[in-house]
Amino acid sequence: MSFLQEMTNRDRVFEFLAPAKSPVDVRHGPILYLEDVNVSFDGFKAINNLNLTIDDGELRCIIGPNGAGKTTMMDIITGKTRPDSGSVWFGSRHNLLTLNEPDIASLGIGRKFQKPTVFEALTVFENLELAMAADKRVFPTLTALMTPEYRERIDEVLEMIGLKELRQALAGILSHGQKQWLEIGMLLMQKPRLLLVDEPVAGMTEQEMERTAELLTGLAGKQSVVVVEHDMGFVRSIARKVTVLHQGSVLAEGTMDEVSGDPEVIKVYLGEEA
Amino acid sequence: MGISRLLNHLLLTFLLLCPGISLAQVEDSQAQQMLTALGESSFAEKIKAVNQIAGSGDERARGWLEAFASNKLAYIESTGQFVIVLKNRGRNWTVENALTGENLGEISRRDIDTLRVNNALRNELASILSVIDLKSPDEDNRLSAARALKGSVDGTLAERLPELIEAEESKPVQAALTEALAIYKVKEQGDIAAVAMLSGSLNSEARAALQQAMRSDDTALVAAATRAMASIEQKLKLNSAVETLYFGLSLGSVLVLAAIGLAITFGVMGVINMAHGELIMLGAYTTWGMQQLLPGQPGLALILSIPAGFLVSALAGIAIERSVIQHLKGRPLETLLATFGVSLILQQLVRTLISPLNRTVITPDWMSGSLMINEALSLTLNRLYVIGFALVVFAGLMLIMRKTRLGLEVRAVTQNRAMARSMGIKATRVDILTFALGSGVAGLAGVALSQITNVGPNLGQSYIIDSFMVVVFGGVGNLWGTLLAGMALGTLNQLLEPWAGAVLAKIMVLVFIILFIQKRPRGLFPQKGRAAEG
Amino acid sequence: MWFTRPLQERSTRIFLGVLFAALAIVSVLHVLMPQDSALYVSSYTVTLLGKYLCYALLAVAVDLVWGYLGILSLGHGAFFALGGYAMGMYLMRQIGDRGVYGDPVLPDFMVFLNWHELPWYWLGFDMAWFAFIMVLLAPGLLALVFGFLAFRSRVTGVYLSIITQALTFALMLAFFRNEMGFGGNNGLTDFKDILGFDLRTDATRLGLFIATGIALAIGYVICRGIVTSKLGRVSIACRDAEARTRFLGYRVERVQLFVFVVSAMLAGVAGALYVPQVGIINPGEFSPLFSIEVVVWVALGGRATLYGAVIGAILVNYGKTVFTGIMPDAWLFALGGLFVLVTVFLPKGIAGLVFKPGKAGGPSNTPSAQETAA
Repeated sequence: MSFLQEMTNRDRVFEFLAPAKSPVDVRHGPILYLEDVNVSFDGFKAINNLNLTIDDGELRCIIGPNGAGKTTMMDIITGKTRPDSGSVWFGSRHNLLTLNEPDIASLGIGRKFQKPTVFEALTVFENLELAMAADKRVFPTLTALMTPEYRERIDEVLEMIGLKELRQALAGILSHGQKQWLEIGMLLMQKPRLLLVDEPVAGMTEQEMERTAELLTGLAGKQSVVVVEHDMGFVRSIARKVTVLHQGSVLAEGTMDEVSGDPEVIKVYLGEEA
Repeated sequence: MGISRLLNHLLLTFLLLCPGISLAQVEDSQAQQMLTALGESSFAEKIKAVNQIAGSGDERARGWLEAFASNKLAYIESTGQFVIVLKNRGRNWTVENALTGENLGEISRRDIDTLRVNNALRNELASILSVIDLKSPDEDNRLSAARALKGSVDGTLAERLPELIEAEESKPVQAALTEALAIYKVKEQGDIAAVAMLSGSLNSEARAALQQAMRSDDTALVAAATRAMASIEQKLKLNSAVETLYFGLSLGSVLVLAAIGLAITFGVMGVINMAHGELIMLGAYTTWGMQQLLPGQPGLALILSIPAGFLVSALAGIAIERSVIQHLKGRPLETLLATFGVSLILQQLVRTLISPLNRTVITPDWMSGSLMINEALSLTLNRLYVIGFALVVFAGLMLIMRKTRLGLEVRAVTQNRAMARSMGIKATRVDILTFALGSGVAGLAGVALSQITNVGPNLGQSYIIDSFMVVVFGGVGNLWGTLLAGMALGTLNQLLEPWAGAVLAKIMVLVFIILFIQKRPRGLFPQKGRAAEG
Repeated sequence: MWFTRPLQERSTRIFLGVLFAALAIVSVLHVLMPQDSALYVSSYTVTLLGKYLCYALLAVAVDLVWGYLGILSLGHGAFFALGGYAMGMYLMRQIGDRGVYGDPVLPDFMVFLNWHELPWYWLGFDMAWFAFIMVLLAPGLLALVFGFLAFRSRVTGVYLSIITQALTFALMLAFFRNEMGFGGNNGLTDFKDILGFDLRTDATRLGLFIATGIALAIGYVICRGIVTSKLGRVSIACRDAEARTRFLGYRVERVQLFVFVVSAMLAGVAGALYVPQVGIINPGEFSPLFSIEVVVWVALGGRATLYGAVIGAILVNYGKTVFTGIMPDAWLFALGGLFVLVTVFLPKGIAGLVFKPGKAGGPSNTPSAQETAA
C-alpha cells in the first residue's frame, strides 16, 4: 500500500529522473542530517546511535576524546565506510548511503584528512589544479586545457593560503604546516557546499593557527564547515556551536561555554574522579 | 582338454576331502621322480604330475608348483638336480636346490633347463595353488586364496565349498568364500537368493555375474539383479567420492604446506617473497642430499631431513632477509622484484651445481604401498603421510604463534612496529626470526614434496603462484584461512579434474580465484576494522 | 590537443630525433654499404634490432601503468602475446595452400589434428584489416574485462600484481592445449608473407624494422600525451594517494581502467610487430617469467620516464644476446642479479643516475599494499 501511495505521490522525484548532479536542496532545513547511525568493527561499536544535524552555512566544531568515533563519522559521510544501519542525507534530496566517494565529492562535500595528504610528486600548482571543480570524467580530464580563468582561480587560492612563492615546488618538500594549508587550499578549489576538516591546525605555529581560524570563519555563511579538532584554544576561537562525541554518540551540544560546563563532559575529559 | 579338466576336478575333490594338509615331506627319491614327470612333453602327463605333487601332501609342493607356474623350476643336466631360479637376469642365474632349499649360488644360464609350462597349464596351476592355500594354516594365506577364488569357482569346488565355509574359523575368509560361492551360483544357476547376497559387493566378478543375470529371461532374476546392481553402483559412487575427497585433501595439504610459510612471511610481515618456491626446492634437495649421505637407509635419511630441511631453508631465508629484504622495507613491489631475482639465482645455482635434471628421492618402505579400505578403494600411504605431516606442521605453527614469546612479539610488531619497539622488543630480531620460521616451514614443505613429486630445479616455480593464491584466497594474515583455503582449493581442483581434465581444472581454479578476489579483495577471512586500515 | 602537446616538449623531440636518426642510419648502412664492409648492418642485425624495438614498445606500455599509475602488472606478456597471436593468425591464413598439407583454408596444425573446419574465431583473419583491428581489440578487451573487475573492487598493489601473474599463467596453460586451436605447444609458425611481401627478403625485414620504429614513436607520443595531460597528473595522484584522489571527485577505477587498456593495446601492437620478425609465436610468450622480465627492463631504465623504459629494454636485451652467446648458463645469474641490484641500489634506474629526476620522477615510497588493505 505504502508503495502505491509513494508511486502516486505527485511530489515524488523518481531517482532515474532526477538529474545526477542536481543541486543540494536545503530549502527544507539542514544540509547534513545523520539519524540513528550504527557501525561496528568486529563487535566494537565505533558509532552508536549517532544523530547529528548541520545547518546550511553553519560552522560546527566536533570534539571528543580518542576513539569517540570522529574519524569514523567522517568516513561515513564521505562514503568510505558503510554504516550497519541508519540514514545519512545531504540536503533533503541526496541519500549519501547510496553513493560512492567520487559521487559524494562531486555533490560538494570536501574533506581534509587528519594526516595531511597531498600529492607529493606533483607541484603545489598541480595539486590545486587537480582539486579544481571541473568535469572529472576520464575523457574530459584527458583533453582538459589550462584556461586563463582557471589560472586566475588557482592564483587566487595560492594567495589565500600563502603559497604563491612555492607554486612550482613539489608538494613533497613542504613543511607540515604548509601541507595543511595546501590541503585546505585544495578544499577551497573544490568549491564544496560542505567542508569536513579533520584537525586542521595540528603542527601549525601560533600565527598559522590564527590565519586558519580567520579562513574557516570567513568561509562559514557561504559554505558549511565541520571541524574536528583537539586544540581547545583553537576551537574556542572559532566555535559558535560545539558537539561533544563520546563512545560513538553525541554527549553534549551547545556553545563552548555550555559544553565546558556540562558535568558529563568534564567527567569524560578529566576522568571518573573529577 | 576334457581329460585334464576331469583329472583336475578329481584332484580338487581329493584335496578338499583331505582333513588338512599334513606337513610332511616325501622321500627325496620320490620327489625327484615327481619333478621329473613335470618335464614330460605331453600336456596330460604334466597334469598328472602336477596332481601327484599337489596330492603328495609335501610342504614343499606349493613352492615347486609356484616356481613351475612362473617358469622358475629348472633342471641341471650335469648334476641331475632340480633347482628353483631365484634371479634370472644376466649371464649367470642364482638358484637354490628345489629339494633341500640350499642356495647353490650362480650357475651359467646355459647349464640350466627350465621346465616348460603353457598358458592353459598355468591357469590350472593357479586354481590348484589357491586350493592348496585354502588349506593353509596361515589365515592371511587362506584369505587371499579365498579372494582369488571369486569368479573362478567351478562345479566341483562349488559342491565342496559349503563344508569348507562351515569349517572355516576366520570370519573374513568365510565371507570371501561365501561371496565366491554366490558368484558361482548367480553365474551358473541364476540363483535369486545368491543375487541378494551379492548386493553391495564391490568385487568386479560379482558385478560381471550380476550383469549376466540381468540379461537372463527370468524376470524375477532380472529384477533382483537390477536391484543388487543399483546398490552396488551407489556404493561405488560413494567410494569414488571418498577417493576424490582423499585426493583433494592430499593435494590440499600439499598446497597448505607450500603456502603456510608464505602466510607467515607475507601475511604477518607483509613481505612478498617470490623466492619462497625455491626455499621449498632447497628442502626437497636437502632430502635428496641426505639420502646420498646415508645410502641404503632412505627412511632414516627422510626423518633426518625434516630438521635438516628446516635448517637449510631457514638459513637461506635469513640470508635473503639480511641481504635484500631489509633494504626494501615498506616497498612491497620492489621486494617482489628483488626476491624474484633471488629465485632465478637459486634455480640456476641448483642447475649448475647439481644438475638441470630431476633427482630421484627414494620413498622408504613404510611410506610406500597403500591402505586398502575395501576391494574398490585403497589409499596410497605416502599421501596419507603428507596429509598428517601438513596438519602437524600447521598445529606446530599455531602453537608457536599463539603460545610462545616469539609469537607474541611477532604479533606485536605486526600490529604496531613503533609501539612494540618502544616496549623493548627488538623489531629487527623479530623480523629475522619470523622470516627464518616462514622459510624453514617452506623447507619442511620441500621435504614432504620430495615424496610425491619430482625433485628438480623447477620444483619451486610450479608452486609459487598456487601458494600465493592460497594465501590471498584464505585472507592475508590468517593461518586458519590458509588451511581452509588450501584444502578447499585442492578439493575443488580434484572435483573439476574428472570432467575438465587436469590443465583445464587448474585454469578454472585460477579464474575462480581471480573472480573471487574481485568480490572479496581481502580473502575468505579478512582482518577487519582499524588495524586493517593501516 | 593532448596527443600533439608532447611534440612541443624538448625531451620528446630529443627522443624522436634519436630514434629516427637510428632508424635512418641502420637503413642506410644496411642498403648502401657493401656486405664486406665493417659498417655493413646485416639483415640478421636489422631483425634483431627490430625485436629490441618491439620490446621497447612493450616496456613503454608497462612503464605507463607501473610508473605513472602504480600498477605493477606482471601479466603484460599476455597482452603482448595476444597481439602476437592475432598477427600470427593473419600470417597463418596468408600461407594458404603453400603449407605442408596444402589445405587451402586450414593451417597445417589443424589438418594434423584432423580438424575439418576452421573454428569460428579464426574467421576473418584472412583479411589484414580485420586482423590488425584484432591486434588492438583482443588485448584491449581482455584488459577491459580484467581491469573492470579488478579496479572496481579496488584490487591494487601486490594483490593486483599476483593476479595479473595468475592471469598470464592461466592463459599460458590454456594456449598450450591443442584443443584451443592455436597450435598448442608449437604455436603458429612457418609464415610466408605479410601484405603480399615475402617475409624472407631483406627488404621486408627492413620494412618491418622501420614500421616498428614508427610504432614505437607513435606509442611513445601517445603515452607522453597522456602523462603530460591533466589525466596524467590524476594518474600520479591515484598512484600516490588513491583515497585522496577519490575524495576529490575522480573515479579512480575508471582512470586506472583507461590507462590500463591503452597500455594493453600498445603491448598488443608490440607483440604483433614482433611475430613477423621472429617468425613464430608460441605459448612461451605467456610465461610469467617473460612478463616479470619486462618489469626489470623498466626498473633498470628508470620508472615514470618512458624513455628510461626504452633504454632499459634495449640494454637488457642486448646484454641477453651477448650473454647467451658466450656463456648461456650465466644469463640467469646475471638477470637475477640485475633484479636485486636495481631494486636495492638503483631505485630510480639509469634515468635517475644520468638525468636530473623530473618532477614526475620515482613515486614516493608510500607502501601501496597498505593502501590496498584500506
